[in-house]
Amino acid sequence: MHSFEFTKPENTASAINAAAQAKTAQQGADIRFVAGGTTLIDLMKLEVEIPARLLDINRLPFDKIEAMPDGGLKIGATVRNSDLANHPRVQRDYSVLSQAILAGASAQLRNMATTAGNLLQRTRCMYFRDTAMPCNKREPGTGCPAITGSNRTLAVLGTSEHCIATNPSDMCVAMAALEATIHVQGPKGERTIAFGDFHLLPGSTPDRETVLEPGDLVTHVTLPAPRSGSRQVYLKLRDRASYEFALASAAVVMNLAGGTISYVRIALGGLGTKPWRSPEAEAALTGKPANTANFRQAAEAALRNANPQSENKFKIELAKRCLTHALRTAANG
Amino acid sequence: MSDTQQPNPQNPTRREFLSTTGTTAAATLIAAYVPLPANASEETGTTGTSQPVIDGAVPITLRINGKDRQLRIDPRTTLLDCIRESIVLTGTKKGCDHGQCGACTVHVNGRRVVSCLSLALMHDGEEVTTIEGLGTPESLHPMQAAFLECDGYQCGYCTSGQIMSAVALLKEPCGPDDASVKELMSGNICRCGAYANIVEAIQQVRKRA
Repeated sequence: MHSFEFTKPENTASAINAAAQAKTAQQGADIRFVAGGTTLIDLMKLEVEIPARLLDINRLPFDKIEAMPDGGLKIGATVRNSDLANHPRVQRDYSVLSQAILAGASAQLRNMATTAGNLLQRTRCMYFRDTAMPCNKREPGTGCPAITGSNRTLAVLGTSEHCIATNPSDMCVAMAALEATIHVQGPKGERTIAFGDFHLLPGSTPDRETVLEPGDLVTHVTLPAPRSGSRQVYLKLRDRASYEFALASAAVVMNLAGGTISYVRIALGGLGTKPWRSPEAEAALTGKPANTANFRQAAEAALRNANPQSENKFKIELAKRCLTHALRTAANG
Repeated sequence: MSDTQQPNPQNPTRREFLSTTGTTAAATLIAAYVPLPANASEETGTTGTSQPVIDGAVPITLRINGKDRQLRIDPRTTLLDCIRESIVLTGTKKGCDHGQCGACTVHVNGRRVVSCLSLALMHDGEEVTTIEGLGTPESLHPMQAAFLECDGYQCGYCTSGQIMSAVALLKEPCGPDDASVKELMSGNICRCGAYANIVEAIQQVRKRA
Protein backbone atom coordinates (compact mmCIF):
# COMPACT_ATOMS: atom_id res chain seq x y z
CA MET A 1 0.00 0.00 0.00
CA HIS A 2 1.24 3.50 -0.82
CA SER A 3 1.62 5.93 2.05
CA PHE A 4 -1.00 8.58 2.70
CA GLU A 5 -1.92 11.29 5.17
CA PHE A 6 -4.72 10.32 7.53
CA THR A 7 -6.95 12.88 9.25
CA LYS A 8 -10.31 12.94 11.02
CA PRO A 9 -12.12 16.16 10.13
CA GLU A 10 -13.80 17.78 13.14
CA ASN A 11 -16.90 18.80 11.23
CA THR A 12 -18.64 18.59 7.89
CA ALA A 13 -17.33 21.91 6.62
CA SER A 14 -13.71 21.00 7.21
CA ALA A 15 -14.23 17.59 5.58
CA ILE A 16 -15.71 19.22 2.49
CA ASN A 17 -13.05 21.93 2.34
CA ALA A 18 -10.29 19.35 2.57
CA ALA A 19 -11.83 17.09 -0.07
CA ALA A 20 -12.49 20.02 -2.39
CA GLN A 21 -8.73 20.18 -3.01
CA ALA A 22 -8.93 16.87 -4.89
CA LYS A 23 -8.39 16.77 -8.62
CA THR A 24 -11.31 14.37 -9.05
CA ALA A 25 -13.86 12.52 -6.93
CA GLN A 26 -13.84 9.62 -9.40
CA GLN A 27 -11.35 6.80 -10.14
CA GLY A 28 -7.85 7.87 -9.17
CA ALA A 29 -9.01 10.46 -6.63
CA ASP A 30 -6.07 11.83 -4.66
CA ILE A 31 -8.30 12.53 -1.64
CA ARG A 32 -10.86 10.02 -0.38
CA PHE A 33 -13.39 9.93 2.40
CA VAL A 34 -13.29 6.67 4.37
CA ALA A 35 -15.96 5.31 6.72
CA GLY A 36 -16.25 1.49 6.70
CA GLY A 37 -13.22 0.92 4.50
CA THR A 38 -14.47 -2.38 3.10
CA THR A 39 -14.11 -1.28 -0.51
CA LEU A 40 -11.46 1.40 -0.26
CA ILE A 41 -8.87 -0.36 1.93
CA ASP A 42 -9.23 -3.46 -0.24
CA LEU A 43 -8.55 -1.43 -3.41
CA MET A 44 -5.68 0.45 -1.75
CA LYS A 45 -4.00 -2.88 -0.96
CA LEU A 46 -4.38 -3.79 -4.63
CA GLU A 47 -3.06 -0.33 -5.59
CA VAL A 48 -6.16 0.22 -7.70
CA GLU A 49 -6.77 3.24 -5.47
CA ILE A 50 -3.76 5.33 -4.43
CA PRO A 51 -5.09 8.32 -2.48
CA ALA A 52 -2.56 10.72 -0.97
CA ARG A 53 -5.02 11.73 1.74
CA LEU A 54 -7.72 9.88 3.63
CA LEU A 55 -10.42 11.76 5.50
CA ASP A 56 -12.07 9.58 8.15
CA ILE A 57 -15.68 10.79 8.39
CA ASN A 58 -16.79 8.44 11.15
CA ARG A 59 -17.02 11.19 13.74
CA LEU A 60 -19.33 13.34 11.58
CA PRO A 61 -23.00 13.31 12.65
CA PHE A 62 -24.37 11.06 9.92
CA ASP A 63 -24.87 7.83 11.84
CA LYS A 64 -28.62 8.02 12.52
CA ILE A 65 -31.83 6.70 11.02
CA GLU A 66 -34.64 9.20 11.56
CA ALA A 67 -38.34 9.39 10.72
CA MET A 68 -39.24 12.36 8.52
CA PRO A 69 -42.34 14.55 8.90
CA ASP A 70 -43.69 13.34 5.53
CA GLY A 71 -43.63 9.75 6.71
CA GLY A 72 -40.39 8.92 4.91
CA LEU A 73 -37.08 7.82 6.38
CA LYS A 74 -33.75 9.61 6.58
CA ILE A 75 -30.70 7.32 6.57
CA GLY A 76 -27.35 8.80 7.54
CA ALA A 77 -24.31 8.27 5.33
CA THR A 78 -22.36 6.37 7.98
CA VAL A 79 -25.19 4.14 9.20
CA ARG A 80 -23.80 0.62 9.07
CA ASN A 81 -25.50 -1.77 6.66
CA SER A 82 -26.37 -4.16 9.51
CA ASP A 83 -28.07 -1.40 11.51
CA LEU A 84 -30.03 -0.32 8.45
CA ALA A 85 -31.14 -3.85 7.54
CA ASN A 86 -32.23 -4.64 11.10
CA HIS A 87 -33.95 -1.31 11.82
CA PRO A 88 -37.61 -1.88 12.76
CA ARG A 89 -38.90 0.82 10.39
CA VAL A 90 -36.89 -0.60 7.49
CA GLN A 91 -38.05 -4.12 8.21
CA ARG A 92 -41.68 -3.00 8.44
CA ASP A 93 -41.97 -0.38 5.67
CA TYR A 94 -39.03 -0.96 3.33
CA SER A 95 -38.45 -4.68 3.63
CA VAL A 96 -36.99 -4.92 0.12
CA LEU A 97 -34.08 -2.82 1.41
CA SER A 98 -33.59 -5.03 4.45
CA GLN A 99 -33.74 -8.17 2.30
CA ALA A 100 -31.26 -6.76 -0.22
CA ILE A 101 -28.69 -5.71 2.38
CA LEU A 102 -28.92 -9.02 4.22
CA ALA A 103 -28.39 -10.83 0.90
CA GLY A 104 -25.05 -9.06 0.44
CA ALA A 105 -21.58 -9.64 1.87
CA SER A 106 -21.15 -11.20 5.33
CA ALA A 107 -22.26 -10.25 8.83
CA GLN A 108 -18.80 -8.81 9.53
CA LEU A 109 -18.75 -6.68 6.39
CA ARG A 110 -22.31 -5.45 7.00
CA ASN A 111 -21.18 -4.29 10.46
CA MET A 112 -18.52 -2.13 8.75
CA ALA A 113 -19.97 -1.03 5.40
CA THR A 114 -21.99 2.18 5.37
CA THR A 115 -24.89 3.64 3.42
CA ALA A 116 -22.76 6.07 1.43
CA GLY A 117 -19.96 3.59 1.00
CA ASN A 118 -22.37 1.07 -0.47
CA LEU A 119 -23.63 3.74 -2.91
CA LEU A 120 -20.01 4.04 -4.06
CA GLN A 121 -19.17 0.33 -4.03
CA ARG A 122 -16.80 -0.53 -6.87
CA THR A 123 -17.08 -3.27 -9.45
CA ARG A 124 -15.66 -6.75 -8.87
CA CYS A 125 -14.49 -6.99 -12.50
CA MET A 126 -11.20 -8.90 -12.21
CA TYR A 127 -9.51 -6.73 -14.82
CA PHE A 128 -10.34 -3.59 -12.85
CA ARG A 129 -8.88 -5.16 -9.70
CA ASP A 130 -5.65 -6.37 -11.36
CA THR A 131 -3.19 -3.56 -12.08
CA ALA A 132 -1.22 -5.85 -14.42
CA MET A 133 -4.15 -5.73 -16.85
CA PRO A 134 -5.44 -2.92 -19.03
CA CYS A 135 -8.74 -1.39 -17.88
CA ASN A 136 -10.54 1.68 -19.18
CA LYS A 137 -12.16 2.25 -15.81
CA ARG A 138 -8.88 2.18 -13.89
CA GLU A 139 -6.65 3.69 -16.59
CA PRO A 140 -8.71 5.42 -19.29
CA GLY A 141 -7.66 4.58 -22.83
CA THR A 142 -5.89 1.29 -22.05
CA GLY A 143 -8.71 -0.91 -23.35
CA CYS A 144 -11.19 -3.44 -21.97
CA PRO A 145 -9.81 -6.99 -21.97
CA ALA A 146 -13.06 -8.24 -20.38
CA ILE A 147 -14.96 -7.85 -23.65
CA THR A 148 -12.86 -10.55 -25.28
CA GLY A 149 -11.82 -12.22 -22.04
CA SER A 150 -13.34 -13.59 -18.86
CA ASN A 151 -16.77 -11.97 -18.66
CA ARG A 152 -19.10 -14.58 -17.19
CA THR A 153 -20.13 -12.38 -14.26
CA LEU A 154 -20.06 -9.07 -16.10
CA ALA A 155 -22.86 -6.80 -17.27
CA VAL A 156 -25.40 -7.29 -20.04
CA LEU A 157 -27.26 -4.00 -19.52
CA GLY A 158 -25.85 -0.49 -19.95
CA THR A 159 -22.54 -1.69 -21.37
CA SER A 160 -20.38 0.17 -23.86
CA GLU A 161 -17.49 -0.80 -26.10
CA HIS A 162 -15.24 0.66 -23.39
CA CYS A 163 -16.55 -1.10 -20.27
CA ILE A 164 -18.83 -3.97 -19.24
CA ALA A 165 -18.14 -3.88 -15.48
CA THR A 166 -21.08 -4.87 -13.27
CA ASN A 167 -22.24 -2.69 -10.41
CA PRO A 168 -22.08 -5.19 -7.51
CA SER A 169 -24.37 -3.53 -4.94
CA ASP A 170 -27.51 -5.15 -3.57
CA MET A 171 -28.51 -2.17 -1.43
CA CYS A 172 -28.56 0.12 -4.46
CA VAL A 173 -30.98 -2.16 -6.33
CA ALA A 174 -33.51 -1.88 -3.53
CA MET A 175 -32.98 1.87 -3.23
CA ALA A 176 -33.57 2.25 -6.97
CA ALA A 177 -36.90 0.42 -6.66
CA LEU A 178 -37.81 2.51 -3.59
CA GLU A 179 -37.01 5.73 -5.50
CA ALA A 180 -34.59 6.96 -2.88
CA THR A 181 -33.05 10.44 -2.96
CA ILE A 182 -29.36 11.06 -2.31
CA HIS A 183 -28.40 14.16 -0.34
CA VAL A 184 -25.01 15.73 -0.95
CA GLN A 185 -23.16 18.64 0.61
CA GLY A 186 -20.36 20.17 -1.42
CA PRO A 187 -18.31 23.33 -1.83
CA LYS A 188 -21.31 25.00 -3.49
CA GLY A 189 -23.82 23.96 -0.86
CA GLU A 190 -26.41 21.22 -0.53
CA ARG A 191 -28.22 19.41 -3.31
CA THR A 192 -30.39 16.37 -3.83
CA ILE A 193 -29.96 13.74 -6.53
CA ALA A 194 -32.66 11.32 -7.64
CA PHE A 195 -31.37 7.78 -7.23
CA GLY A 196 -31.47 7.05 -10.94
CA ASP A 197 -29.37 10.13 -11.71
CA PHE A 198 -26.57 9.34 -9.24
CA HIS A 199 -24.72 6.56 -11.08
CA LEU A 200 -23.47 7.10 -14.62
CA LEU A 201 -23.38 4.70 -17.54
CA PRO A 202 -19.81 3.92 -18.59
CA GLY A 203 -20.09 5.25 -22.15
CA SER A 204 -16.65 6.44 -23.20
CA THR A 205 -15.70 7.51 -19.64
CA PRO A 206 -16.05 4.42 -17.42
CA ASP A 207 -13.70 6.02 -14.89
CA ARG A 208 -16.59 8.35 -14.04
CA GLU A 209 -19.11 6.32 -12.04
CA THR A 210 -21.20 8.97 -10.29
CA VAL A 211 -22.09 12.66 -10.59
CA LEU A 212 -19.97 13.49 -7.51
CA GLU A 213 -17.42 16.30 -7.81
CA PRO A 214 -14.41 17.06 -5.56
CA GLY A 215 -15.59 18.00 -2.08
CA ASP A 216 -19.02 16.42 -2.50
CA LEU A 217 -19.95 14.51 0.64
CA VAL A 218 -22.98 12.23 0.66
CA THR A 219 -24.64 13.10 3.98
CA HIS A 220 -27.76 10.94 3.87
CA VAL A 221 -30.31 9.10 1.76
CA THR A 222 -34.04 9.62 2.09
CA LEU A 223 -36.81 7.17 1.28
CA PRO A 224 -40.30 8.43 0.38
CA ALA A 225 -43.21 7.60 2.68
CA PRO A 226 -44.08 3.92 2.28
CA ARG A 227 -47.11 2.98 0.19
CA SER A 228 -49.54 1.11 2.37
CA GLY A 229 -50.10 -2.48 1.38
CA SER A 230 -47.03 -2.64 -0.82
CA ARG A 231 -45.52 -6.07 -1.39
CA GLN A 232 -41.75 -6.07 -1.47
CA VAL A 233 -39.36 -8.77 -2.63
CA TYR A 234 -35.62 -8.97 -3.25
CA LEU A 235 -34.51 -12.13 -5.01
CA LYS A 236 -30.81 -12.77 -5.56
CA LEU A 237 -29.35 -15.60 -7.66
CA ARG A 238 -25.66 -16.45 -7.36
CA ASP A 239 -23.06 -19.17 -7.65
CA ARG A 240 -23.27 -20.13 -3.98
CA ALA A 241 -26.06 -19.72 -1.46
CA SER A 242 -24.46 -16.97 0.62
CA TYR A 243 -21.59 -14.48 0.68
CA GLU A 244 -21.44 -14.05 -3.10
CA PHE A 245 -22.21 -11.33 -5.59
CA ALA A 246 -25.35 -11.59 -7.72
CA LEU A 247 -25.41 -13.14 -11.16
CA ALA A 248 -28.91 -11.71 -11.34
CA SER A 249 -31.14 -10.09 -8.75
CA ALA A 250 -34.49 -8.33 -8.74
CA ALA A 251 -36.11 -5.83 -6.39
CA VAL A 252 -39.88 -5.52 -6.66
CA VAL A 253 -42.23 -3.08 -4.92
CA MET A 254 -45.83 -3.82 -5.93
CA ASN A 255 -49.36 -2.77 -5.01
CA LEU A 256 -52.39 -4.77 -6.09
CA ALA A 257 -55.97 -3.58 -6.41
CA GLY A 258 -58.01 -6.71 -6.71
CA GLY A 259 -55.98 -8.83 -9.08
CA THR A 260 -54.64 -5.80 -10.95
CA ILE A 261 -51.21 -4.23 -10.53
CA SER A 262 -51.89 -0.64 -9.51
CA TYR A 263 -48.27 0.28 -8.79
CA VAL A 264 -44.98 -1.42 -9.42
CA ARG A 265 -41.31 -0.47 -9.23
CA ILE A 266 -38.66 -2.84 -10.54
CA ALA A 267 -34.87 -2.79 -10.39
CA LEU A 268 -32.29 -5.40 -11.33
CA GLY A 269 -28.86 -6.17 -9.87
CA GLY A 270 -25.80 -8.08 -11.05
CA LEU A 271 -26.76 -7.32 -14.63
CA GLY A 272 -26.13 -3.65 -15.26
CA THR A 273 -23.21 -1.29 -15.27
CA LYS A 274 -25.27 0.68 -12.75
CA PRO A 275 -28.15 -0.29 -10.43
CA TRP A 276 -30.74 -1.04 -13.10
CA ARG A 277 -34.23 0.42 -12.75
CA SER A 278 -36.52 -0.97 -15.46
CA PRO A 279 -39.25 1.48 -16.53
CA GLU A 280 -39.95 -0.89 -19.44
CA ALA A 281 -40.95 -3.71 -17.10
CA GLU A 282 -42.94 -1.32 -14.91
CA ALA A 283 -44.87 0.02 -17.93
CA ALA A 284 -45.55 -3.52 -19.11
CA LEU A 285 -47.25 -4.35 -15.79
CA THR A 286 -49.00 -1.24 -14.56
CA GLY A 287 -52.75 -1.66 -14.88
CA LYS A 288 -52.41 -5.30 -15.93
CA PRO A 289 -53.61 -8.45 -14.18
CA ALA A 290 -51.02 -10.01 -11.89
CA ASN A 291 -50.37 -13.30 -13.63
CA THR A 292 -47.35 -15.27 -14.76
CA ALA A 293 -47.81 -14.50 -18.45
CA ASN A 294 -47.68 -10.77 -17.73
CA PHE A 295 -44.72 -11.19 -15.38
CA ARG A 296 -42.81 -13.03 -18.09
CA GLN A 297 -43.71 -10.34 -20.61
CA ALA A 298 -42.38 -7.68 -18.24
CA ALA A 299 -39.15 -9.65 -17.83
CA GLU A 300 -38.80 -9.85 -21.61
CA ALA A 301 -39.22 -6.07 -21.75
CA ALA A 302 -36.62 -5.53 -19.03
CA LEU A 303 -33.99 -7.54 -20.90
CA ARG A 304 -34.92 -6.51 -24.46
CA ASN A 305 -31.84 -4.33 -24.87
CA ALA A 306 -29.45 -6.73 -23.17
CA ASN A 307 -26.10 -7.11 -24.87
CA PRO A 308 -24.35 -10.36 -23.90
CA GLN A 309 -20.66 -11.17 -24.19
CA SER A 310 -18.95 -14.49 -24.95
CA GLU A 311 -19.51 -16.05 -21.50
CA ASN A 312 -22.54 -14.33 -19.99
CA LYS A 313 -25.42 -14.92 -22.37
CA PHE A 314 -26.93 -17.23 -19.74
CA LYS A 315 -27.52 -14.22 -17.51
CA ILE A 316 -30.27 -12.94 -19.78
CA GLU A 317 -32.53 -15.95 -19.31
CA LEU A 318 -31.47 -16.17 -15.66
CA ALA A 319 -32.50 -12.54 -15.18
CA LYS A 320 -35.87 -13.08 -16.82
CA ARG A 321 -36.62 -16.05 -14.61
CA CYS A 322 -35.33 -14.16 -11.57
CA LEU A 323 -37.65 -11.21 -12.22
CA THR A 324 -40.62 -13.42 -13.11
CA HIS A 325 -40.18 -15.37 -9.88
CA ALA A 326 -39.76 -12.21 -7.81
CA LEU A 327 -42.93 -10.71 -9.30
CA ARG A 328 -44.87 -13.91 -8.65
CA THR A 329 -43.59 -14.05 -5.08
CA ALA A 330 -44.62 -10.42 -4.52
CA ALA A 331 -48.07 -11.00 -5.98
CA ASN A 332 -48.64 -14.11 -3.90
CA GLY A 333 -47.11 -12.65 -0.73
CA MET B 1 24.33 -21.40 7.77
CA SER B 2 25.57 -19.06 10.42
CA ASP B 3 24.12 -16.02 8.72
CA THR B 4 20.61 -17.27 9.52
CA GLN B 5 21.31 -18.07 13.16
CA GLN B 6 20.47 -16.03 16.19
CA PRO B 7 22.85 -16.01 19.17
CA ASN B 8 20.60 -18.25 21.21
CA PRO B 9 18.29 -20.27 18.99
CA GLN B 10 17.69 -23.04 21.50
CA ASN B 11 13.94 -23.15 21.17
CA PRO B 12 12.74 -20.60 18.66
CA THR B 13 9.06 -20.04 18.19
CA ARG B 14 7.66 -20.23 14.69
CA ARG B 15 7.40 -16.44 14.62
CA GLU B 16 11.00 -15.97 15.74
CA PHE B 17 12.18 -18.51 13.22
CA LEU B 18 10.30 -16.91 10.35
CA SER B 19 11.34 -13.44 11.34
CA THR B 20 15.02 -14.48 11.59
CA THR B 21 15.15 -16.21 8.24
CA GLY B 22 13.00 -13.51 6.74
CA THR B 23 15.37 -10.71 7.64
CA THR B 24 18.22 -12.31 5.75
CA ALA B 25 16.75 -14.43 3.02
CA ALA B 26 13.71 -12.55 1.91
CA ALA B 27 13.51 -9.30 3.79
CA THR B 28 12.33 -7.29 0.85
CA LEU B 29 9.71 -9.82 -0.16
CA ILE B 30 8.26 -10.17 3.31
CA ALA B 31 8.32 -6.46 3.99
CA ALA B 32 6.12 -5.98 0.97
CA TYR B 33 3.37 -8.01 2.56
CA VAL B 34 3.83 -7.95 6.32
CA PRO B 35 4.67 -4.78 8.20
CA LEU B 36 7.56 -5.85 10.38
CA PRO B 37 7.69 -4.77 13.99
CA ALA B 38 9.91 -1.87 12.91
CA ASN B 39 6.95 -0.39 11.08
CA ALA B 40 4.86 -0.22 14.18
CA SER B 41 6.51 -0.41 17.53
CA GLU B 42 5.03 -0.14 20.95
CA GLU B 43 5.68 2.93 23.06
CA THR B 44 7.02 1.78 26.35
CA GLY B 45 7.11 5.24 27.85
CA THR B 46 9.86 4.11 30.18
CA THR B 47 13.05 3.84 28.18
CA GLY B 48 14.31 5.38 24.99
CA THR B 49 16.30 2.37 23.98
CA SER B 50 15.99 0.73 20.60
CA GLN B 51 12.94 2.73 19.59
CA PRO B 52 13.05 2.61 15.82
CA VAL B 53 12.27 5.90 14.14
CA ILE B 54 9.25 5.50 11.92
CA ASP B 55 8.66 8.10 9.25
CA GLY B 56 5.16 9.49 9.52
CA ALA B 57 4.17 7.35 12.49
CA VAL B 58 1.21 8.59 14.45
CA PRO B 59 0.09 7.88 18.00
CA ILE B 60 -2.92 5.69 18.70
CA THR B 61 -4.57 4.19 21.75
CA LEU B 62 -6.43 0.93 21.44
CA ARG B 63 -8.18 -0.80 24.30
CA ILE B 64 -7.40 -4.41 23.52
CA ASN B 65 -8.96 -7.11 25.68
CA GLY B 66 -9.56 -4.59 28.44
CA LYS B 67 -6.06 -3.12 28.46
CA ASP B 68 -5.09 0.24 26.97
CA ARG B 69 -2.22 0.03 24.50
CA GLN B 70 -0.49 3.17 23.34
CA LEU B 71 1.36 2.79 20.08
CA ARG B 72 2.95 4.73 17.28
CA ILE B 73 2.04 3.22 13.94
CA ASP B 74 2.41 3.80 10.25
CA PRO B 75 -1.00 5.06 9.03
CA ARG B 76 -1.13 2.16 6.58
CA THR B 77 -1.23 -0.41 9.37
CA THR B 78 -4.45 -2.38 9.29
CA LEU B 79 -6.16 -3.29 12.53
CA LEU B 80 -5.14 -6.89 11.80
CA ASP B 81 -1.45 -6.09 11.37
CA CYS B 82 -1.54 -3.85 14.42
CA ILE B 83 -2.96 -6.67 16.55
CA ARG B 84 -0.58 -9.31 15.23
CA GLU B 85 2.64 -7.40 14.60
CA SER B 86 2.55 -4.44 16.99
CA ILE B 87 0.73 -5.85 19.97
CA VAL B 88 1.86 -9.41 19.14
CA LEU B 89 -1.44 -11.10 19.82
CA THR B 90 -1.18 -13.76 17.16
CA GLY B 91 -4.40 -15.66 17.81
CA THR B 92 -6.08 -13.49 15.17
CA LYS B 93 -5.13 -14.95 11.79
CA LYS B 94 -4.39 -13.41 8.41
CA GLY B 95 -6.03 -15.46 5.69
CA CYS B 96 -6.88 -13.66 2.47
CA ASP B 97 -6.19 -10.11 3.75
CA HIS B 98 -9.05 -8.89 1.50
CA GLY B 99 -12.18 -9.44 3.57
CA GLN B 100 -13.12 -12.67 1.88
CA CYS B 101 -12.33 -15.38 4.45
CA GLY B 102 -13.15 -14.13 7.96
CA ALA B 103 -10.01 -15.55 9.63
CA CYS B 104 -9.17 -12.10 11.00
CA THR B 105 -12.55 -11.53 12.67
CA VAL B 106 -12.37 -9.54 15.93
CA HIS B 107 -14.89 -7.51 17.89
CA VAL B 108 -14.77 -3.71 17.80
CA ASN B 109 -17.00 -2.13 20.43
CA GLY B 110 -18.68 -5.52 20.78
CA ARG B 111 -19.44 -6.08 17.08
CA ARG B 112 -17.66 -8.48 14.76
CA VAL B 113 -15.61 -7.02 11.91
CA VAL B 114 -12.88 -8.25 9.60
CA SER B 115 -9.77 -6.56 10.93
CA CYS B 116 -7.93 -6.75 7.58
CA LEU B 117 -10.16 -4.15 5.87
CA SER B 118 -9.88 -1.52 8.55
CA LEU B 119 -7.03 0.79 9.38
CA ALA B 120 -5.96 0.69 13.00
CA LEU B 121 -6.15 4.50 13.06
CA MET B 122 -9.88 4.30 12.36
CA HIS B 123 -10.27 2.64 15.76
CA ASP B 124 -8.34 5.07 17.94
CA GLY B 125 -9.89 4.95 21.40
CA GLU B 126 -12.13 2.00 20.59
CA GLU B 127 -12.47 -1.30 22.36
CA VAL B 128 -11.13 -4.35 20.55
CA THR B 129 -11.61 -7.94 21.65
CA THR B 130 -9.53 -10.74 20.16
CA ILE B 131 -9.63 -14.48 20.76
CA GLU B 132 -7.12 -13.96 23.58
CA GLY B 133 -9.70 -11.81 25.37
CA LEU B 134 -12.50 -14.38 25.30
CA GLY B 135 -11.23 -17.01 27.68
CA THR B 136 -8.09 -18.64 29.02
CA PRO B 137 -6.86 -22.23 28.70
CA GLU B 138 -7.99 -22.73 32.29
CA SER B 139 -11.31 -21.01 31.85
CA LEU B 140 -12.61 -21.30 28.31
CA HIS B 141 -15.42 -19.19 26.92
CA PRO B 142 -18.46 -21.48 26.45
CA MET B 143 -18.06 -21.14 22.68
CA GLN B 144 -14.42 -22.24 22.85
CA ALA B 145 -15.45 -25.21 24.98
CA ALA B 146 -18.22 -26.10 22.52
CA PHE B 147 -15.83 -26.00 19.55
CA LEU B 148 -13.58 -28.42 21.46
CA GLU B 149 -16.45 -30.67 22.42
CA CYS B 150 -18.01 -30.72 18.94
CA ASP B 151 -14.70 -30.94 17.08
CA GLY B 152 -15.44 -27.70 15.24
CA TYR B 153 -12.11 -27.55 13.41
CA GLN B 154 -9.35 -29.55 11.81
CA CYS B 155 -6.25 -27.48 11.03
CA GLY B 156 -7.39 -24.66 13.31
CA TYR B 157 -6.33 -21.74 11.15
CA CYS B 158 -9.84 -20.33 10.71
CA THR B 159 -10.91 -21.27 14.24
CA SER B 160 -10.27 -18.05 16.11
CA GLY B 161 -12.21 -16.14 13.45
CA GLN B 162 -15.00 -18.71 13.55
CA ILE B 163 -15.24 -18.45 17.33
CA MET B 164 -15.18 -14.64 17.32
CA SER B 165 -17.96 -14.66 14.73
CA ALA B 166 -19.94 -17.26 16.65
CA VAL B 167 -19.72 -15.32 19.91
CA ALA B 168 -20.93 -12.14 18.17
CA LEU B 169 -23.75 -14.07 16.51
CA LEU B 170 -25.20 -14.86 19.95
CA LYS B 171 -26.18 -11.19 20.29
CA GLU B 172 -27.44 -10.72 16.71
CA PRO B 173 -30.90 -11.32 15.24
CA CYS B 174 -30.70 -14.97 14.14
CA GLY B 175 -33.41 -17.56 13.58
CA PRO B 176 -33.35 -20.72 15.69
CA ASP B 177 -32.61 -23.14 12.84
CA ASP B 178 -29.30 -24.38 11.46
CA ALA B 179 -29.91 -22.58 8.16
CA SER B 180 -30.02 -19.22 9.93
CA VAL B 181 -26.73 -19.99 11.68
CA LYS B 182 -25.12 -21.05 8.42
CA GLU B 183 -26.25 -17.85 6.71
CA LEU B 184 -24.83 -15.65 9.49
CA MET B 185 -21.58 -17.66 9.57
CA SER B 186 -21.07 -17.52 5.79
CA GLY B 187 -18.35 -14.88 6.14
CA ASN B 188 -16.03 -17.41 7.79
CA ILE B 189 -14.52 -19.88 5.36
CA CYS B 190 -13.18 -23.25 6.60
CA ARG B 191 -11.11 -25.03 3.99
CA CYS B 192 -11.06 -28.21 6.06
CA GLY B 193 -14.84 -28.23 5.84
CA ALA B 194 -15.67 -28.45 9.53
CA TYR B 195 -18.90 -26.56 8.94
CA ALA B 196 -21.30 -29.19 10.28
CA ASN B 197 -19.46 -29.37 13.60
CA ILE B 198 -19.14 -25.59 13.80
CA VAL B 199 -22.91 -25.23 13.43
CA GLU B 200 -23.38 -27.94 16.07
CA ALA B 201 -21.07 -26.08 18.49
CA ILE B 202 -22.92 -22.81 18.00
CA GLN B 203 -26.33 -24.42 18.40
CA GLN B 204 -25.14 -26.15 21.56
CA VAL B 205 -24.15 -22.83 23.12
CA ARG B 206 -27.40 -21.17 21.99
CA LYS B 207 -29.51 -23.95 23.50
CA ARG B 208 -27.66 -23.81 26.80
CA ALA B 209 -27.91 -20.02 27.04
